[in-house]
Amino acid sequence: MSENRSQNANVLRLKDITMQFGGVVAINNLSLEVNQGEIVALIGPNGAGKTTAFNCITGVYQPTNGEVDFHGTPIAVNHPQGKMIRQYAGINPDAYKNRKPVVYTPDKITRMGIARTFQNIRLFKSQTAFDNVLIGTHLRRSSNLFTATFRLNAREEKANREKTAQLLEIVGLSEEANELATSLPYGKQRRLEIARALATDPTLLLLDEPAAGMNPQETDELGEFIVDIKNRFQLTVFMIEHHMNLVMDISDRIYVLDFGRQIAEGTPEEIQKNPVVIAAYLGVDEE
Amino acid sequence: MKKGNMRLIISLLVVAALYAGGFLIEHTAGSKSMVVTVLQKGAVYALIAVSMNLLNGFTGLFSLGQAGFMLVGAYAYAILTIPMAKRAAVYQYYDGGWVQFTVGVLPALLVAGLVAALFAALIGMPVLRLKGDYLAIATLGFAEIIRAIVQWDTIGPLTNGSNLLKTYPTLKNIMPGNTVLFTFLVVGVCIGLILLLINSTYGRAFKAIRDDEVAAEAMGINLFRHKQMAFVVSSFFAGIGGALLAMYQGSLQANSFKSAMTYEILLIVVIGGLGSVSGSVMASFLFIACSEWWLRFLDAETMLGNVQVPLLAPGFRMVVFSVVIMVVVLFFRKGIMGTRELWELGNRRQAKGGRKS
Repeated sequence: MSENRSQNANVLRLKDITMQFGGVVAINNLSLEVNQGEIVALIGPNGAGKTTAFNCITGVYQPTNGEVDFHGTPIAVNHPQGKMIRQYAGINPDAYKNRKPVVYTPDKITRMGIARTFQNIRLFKSQTAFDNVLIGTHLRRSSNLFTATFRLNAREEKANREKTAQLLEIVGLSEEANELATSLPYGKQRRLEIARALATDPTLLLLDEPAAGMNPQETDELGEFIVDIKNRFQLTVFMIEHHMNLVMDISDRIYVLDFGRQIAEGTPEEIQKNPVVIAAYLGVDEE
Repeated sequence: MKKGNMRLIISLLVVAALYAGGFLIEHTAGSKSMVVTVLQKGAVYALIAVSMNLLNGFTGLFSLGQAGFMLVGAYAYAILTIPMAKRAAVYQYYDGGWVQFTVGVLPALLVAGLVAALFAALIGMPVLRLKGDYLAIATLGFAEIIRAIVQWDTIGPLTNGSNLLKTYPTLKNIMPGNTVLFTFLVVGVCIGLILLLINSTYGRAFKAIRDDEVAAEAMGINLFRHKQMAFVVSSFFAGIGGALLAMYQGSLQANSFKSAMTYEILLIVVIGGLGSVSGSVMASFLFIACSEWWLRFLDAETMLGNVQVPLLAPGFRMVVFSVVIMVVVLFFRKGIMGTRELWELGNRRQAKGGRKS
């Protein structure tokens, strides 16, 4: 784990990210780094702003203030403008004032190499498991509407189908390839979502509560699975998770979020001993 | 692979049988028979319904602009194909009109599609950023605007204002006696292309957008570009469909392309099943057969002995249709086919499918 840290090649970097919805500050001045080859976990109580952070990274939301870098390239830069300046409740609104805002749509960010899964599974419900993964290969196409219609891309199509079959095998869903995605049991749907994300050829994988709704045994298997695909595809993994066993087992580093603020950062051992984190999770005696 | 080849052969045989059937029916029943009318108009509507299904059923865009694009296609076709000798007579109020050349039927059909596609590309830019009902309202508005503009006096030398366009090549006079075969061929090629598109990687992307826009975008699918593609392709084929309708009708007037026409096609699409090409085709023939032939008696005042049958009066047919729409929407929301295709009926996985609506 420590050798990964020594490489210190930033894959993802959030700087002073603040996300405000009207008067509600969902994320307040969050800065974090995810390095090449790491598994980093983002934890925190419900409503801490974890998924909002993911949405800021993937372009679903445009942060109110701050900067997101991916492999050193800004993929989101913003500062409060117009009406937002008066309402702004975050820290240092002027820090990015001289920066030109950078806005990318989610599809562009996925093309850059960030793939994600969703907290509440979002599979394409009318389609088979196979087609769900196959859609993930669409963005790296070299065909256009005409070549695809007239089947001039047969070679690419075949390669994509092989890749899809391979991915399904890796996630252990070969037998369910022709099942309707939504007819699969919960745990398999989660794996299918990961397979679909992998089909986009990512370098960074964002997992939003991958173990939600799984029993302890499934969770253990998922942990091994995540480490396995990380090594196999040379990924960097950034995940939100509530299952502490899983988080402590596989993460290299952990960030803890509470009420939109980062309250701790460190290795699993450090986090487990951190009194602030314990207070956030268990509550403090107010005497 | 072998199974796929087998399938291909079977489907080709079925298509050939359909063509032969159409050919034979026309030659035995005669070009003026009701069956032939139904086959011609049914085929034209089938193409338009499939083009609308590509948008509403496969991409999940609720658009009601189909009549507008049909009108554009129909006018483009008619304007380009009126014979030189007859232009002076047709454009008698506009000094023979601006267009002073004539092109062949097939190139004109292609241009009809292209012009409709061009309109779609322009209109799609602002309109496709809207969602759901708003998109429906905007496209409906567009269709009405187009209908008004075409009748505008200033561009009369092009569109002949609100007067009839006629004497262009119609189904009856380009292939006398084989009108059904001609319609089937053009419609068959177009629907075949749409099927190829739907089963390509782009078709899968369209379906992904229909199922879940957020997830589709997270898969790297550019929502706007793909919606625009579906919109333009759908309008291209609606344009060709409009041109075929003009050929079927024999004369052309903007006023017949009212929003009621869009609703008729929407009804066909819903009855056939949103997301099923074969469903749209079957529903289209069924609908046209009912409206042109089988249910005609509803509009005729009939005497049974000395008593006049109650309710049967001009306009009653439309009442029955309205009731049918309500019944379909209330109890058969998936239509005849749901999201399945005729040739997939045997497959277990597809049988379990069917979209929640």
